[in-house]
Amino acid sequence: MASSPSHDLNRVRAAARADSEVNFGFWAYLMSDVVLFSMLFLAYVNLSQRYAGGPTPGDIFSLHGVFLETMALLASSLTFGLAMVSLHQGKKNHIIGWLLATFLLGGFFLWHEVSEFVHIIHEGASFDRSGFLSAYFGLVGTHGAHVFFGMIWLLTMVAQVALRGLTPAIGSRLARLSLFWHFLDLVWICVFSTVYLPGLIQGGSA
Amino acid sequence: MFGKLTLDAFHHSSMIIVFANAIMIGTGLAVVAALTYYRKWGYLYREWFTTVDHKKIGVIYIVIALIFLLRGFIDASMVRAQQATAGPGMDGYLEAGHFAELFTGHGTMMIFFMAMPFLVGLMNIAIPLQIGARDVSFPLLNAVSVWLTAAAGALVMISLLVGSFSEAGWSGYTPFSGLAHSPGPGVDYWIWALQISGISTTLTGVNFVTTILKKRAPGMTLMRMPMFTWTVLCTSILIVVSFPALTAALALLALDRSAGTHFFTSIMGGDQMLYINMFWLWGHPEVYILVLPAFGIFSEVVTTYCNKRLFGYTSMVWATMAIAFLSFGVWVHHFYTMGQDPLRNSIFGIATMIIAIPTGVKIYDWIWTMFRGRIEYKLPMLWTLGFLITFVMGGMSGVLLAIPGADYKMHNSLFLVAHFHNVLIPGTMFGLLAGFYYWFPKVFGFRLDEKWGRHSFWGWLVGFYVAFVPLYMLGIMGMPRRMVTYDNPAWHFWLVIAAIGAMIVAYGIFAMFMQIYVSWRDREKNADLTGDPWGGRTLEWSIPSPPPEYNFAVVPEVRDRDAFMEMKVSNRAYERPAAYEDIHMPKSTPMPIVVAALSFVFGFAYVWHIWWLAGLCVLGTVAAVIVRSFNEETEFVIPAAEVEADEDAFHRRLKDADVFERIKDIEEYGDERTPNGQFVEPTTRATSGLPG
Repeated sequence: MASSPSHDLNRVRAAARADSEVNFGFWAYLMSDVVLFSMLFLAYVNLSQRYAGGPTPGDIFSLHGVFLETMALLASSLTFGLAMVSLHQGKKNHIIGWLLATFLLGGFFLWHEVSEFVHIIHEGASFDRSGFLSAYFGLVGTHGAHVFFGMIWLLTMVAQVALRGLTPAIGSRLARLSLFWHFLDLVWICVFSTVYLPGLIQGGSA
Repeated sequence: MFGKLTLDAFHHSSMIIVFANAIMIGTGLAVVAALTYYRKWGYLYREWFTTVDHKKIGVIYIVIALIFLLRGFIDASMVRAQQATAGPGMDGYLEAGHFAELFTGHGTMMIFFMAMPFLVGLMNIAIPLQIGARDVSFPLLNAVSVWLTAAAGALVMISLLVGSFSEAGWSGYTPFSGLAHSPGPGVDYWIWALQISGISTTLTGVNFVTTILKKRAPGMTLMRMPMFTWTVLCTSILIVVSFPALTAALALLALDRSAGTHFFTSIMGGDQMLYINMFWLWGHPEVYILVLPAFGIFSEVVTTYCNKRLFGYTSMVWATMAIAFLSFGVWVHHFYTMGQDPLRNSIFGIATMIIAIPTGVKIYDWIWTMFRGRIEYKLPMLWTLGFLITFVMGGMSGVLLAIPGADYKMHNSLFLVAHFHNVLIPGTMFGLLAGFYYWFPKVFGFRLDEKWGRHSFWGWLVGFYVAFVPLYMLGIMGMPRRMVTYDNPAWHFWLVIAAIGAMIVAYGIFAMFMQIYVSWRDREKNADLTGDPWGGRTLEWSIPSPPPEYNFAVVPEVRDRDAFMEMKVSNRAYERPAAYEDIHMPKSTPMPIVVAALSFVFGFAYVWHIWWLAGLCVLGTVAAVIVRSFNEETEFVIPAAEVEADEDAFHRRLKDADVFERIKDIEEYGDERTPNGQFVEPTTRATSGLPG
């Protein structure tokens, strides 16, 4: 197969299109994930006032920490966008660099989230304390678990780009990971405005 | 080390369960011994365990479904036998807990491990063939789905041996299914069996939405799709949008039971109604997931055996979409009595009744298709007629139950049980069986025996009425569902009648297995050499039976609805190209059975709280996916010469059977055409043909 690099790049770009058959399937999967998160939001909204005499949002949320997490995750969407720009330019090393940057920002987000969890559990606000806390850990934890699997996927893709270079299959996978990563950002915006903002406004502390 | 699993889990106080286990283990050992003796393991591994071919995957689904049809039916018969022998002055033969396991197991198995796999099996077999594709969009994912279903089924099976199954009913209502009221492993088995099979179904939904929207042959616009394809598209969309609600509900229930959270508990701020809402947000669309493809099958059957185009195709499509849409707006009718205000109940009551309208449209479309058609009373047609009459009755009792005021009287009674069996048995089961007889020759290359098939049909139909009309009566007489014993002597007579009905259905099931055996024995005589045993109208009948691995030697070009019939009419059928091309097909892989085995062990480990093992299984699954993603040699090539040789053989068979001569005579679809070649909509014809 003696094809020129630019011809190959066109094939990679075509494979990375969001409406290709395999990427269309991934959209369909994301729709199912939307419903999964909807159910967890439903559970949270339904249980968010059921403190059972335990801690309230004002007692456990800190806007400072959530702000840092949010910024890290938003920035990671930017770095992933830049990775996709590099893909369209065919710059292998730039892709790896931006993917690793995305990984680090995702890691910061997750580390921060887990340390928040550990902190409030130590303060007696564990997931088995009340309906509100169960729903909080259930929703935010599921988002965190998605980020965790996204990070495993990121590392796998870094390895594949490094070992295999830019093939159409890898371009196509990066397009799907990109959809997944931006989707998690979108879900986080909903978490922020459903869980943290109302919780803090009610709690009256910041 | 082994979590909560001790030797006690293997101890069963009931002799019936010990006996059932002996049968299960004995059958399992006999199968293993036979496979070893006949040296079939290699064949099974190469051709079935590692296959990614949608036709074989469809067959595996249906085998799973038939196994669970037997198990689910045995449970049903035991429930009937208990209620027929219990009552005033009699104890029956079962303890309350065992009885509860039986009705839970019956519902769970019939919905998740009989109806769903049967349905997905028929989807797998027919959809790629109907749309002129060589496989589904994601063949590997498809294989993962089927083996996940098998793994989930295995969890149900092993619960009979190790521990016990849930006693909380197939819907697992909280708080009863919570840890406080159901401390044993039963509910956990139920959760993980449903969770794994639910995830498998979600993946199937994603796969078929993509396949149908992206893989249709050139020229097949949406409004040229066969009706079965349309209904499967709607069902797949429903699956993608509703199954995650079940996944979420089960995951949160599992957390309640194992991590001590309070989503659905009755203390510490939990909300049991949250579970019930989430469950039916999935559960009601699930009813239409099961019934819509059956409607599609009836549409295919009616057009084929009446030799006519479908009456009101467009209205049928819109009715299907309308039902799919409305199915999300009615879930509250499952719990009118649980405390919401009358306004809310009224809204959901009206929404529920509205569903009867598109359903009625469908019924009339089928009737008008049959009207003045040349009906051939083959087996699938019998099931369709049995469905039409019986289903209308079930639909009527559904409209009755949709009225909140009436439902306050009927809910939780045997009237409800009679109603949903009255819609699901004709609506889903008869449809699945019609599809089974209709496509069987396509998959195996021989027809099923008519005589035993008729025995089976009458066994099912008569048995159904004898078993379920008494339940309507009992419901009106006030008998609640799920009673292990009762003290009203007036009920006993009707329960005995219902048990007799179950025995008549048993004959129907027996006749069906006899039919499969007899047809297999006489497969030479019943052979379908032309690939078109019924004078079919859609693309699957344009290729050999059984189809080659690649389905279509050349991807067909579609010019109208009933694509194959159009080809016959315009003399394009069986056209051969100037030259054949190499065909790329996906390779077999053991990855799906590895993932499924890990899921099974994960489920088992979670049930018994063997956390280290569950963790290892998660790691193993992630590793299997990553390893697979590094494999780039996933396809192989079938050379053009081989394709041409297959086609030569097929065309010789067609010639021997005089097919080319016979299709020359086909001038019309079964409808008249206008001079410019447009088809007259059957509406005008049917109306003008009305007597008087």
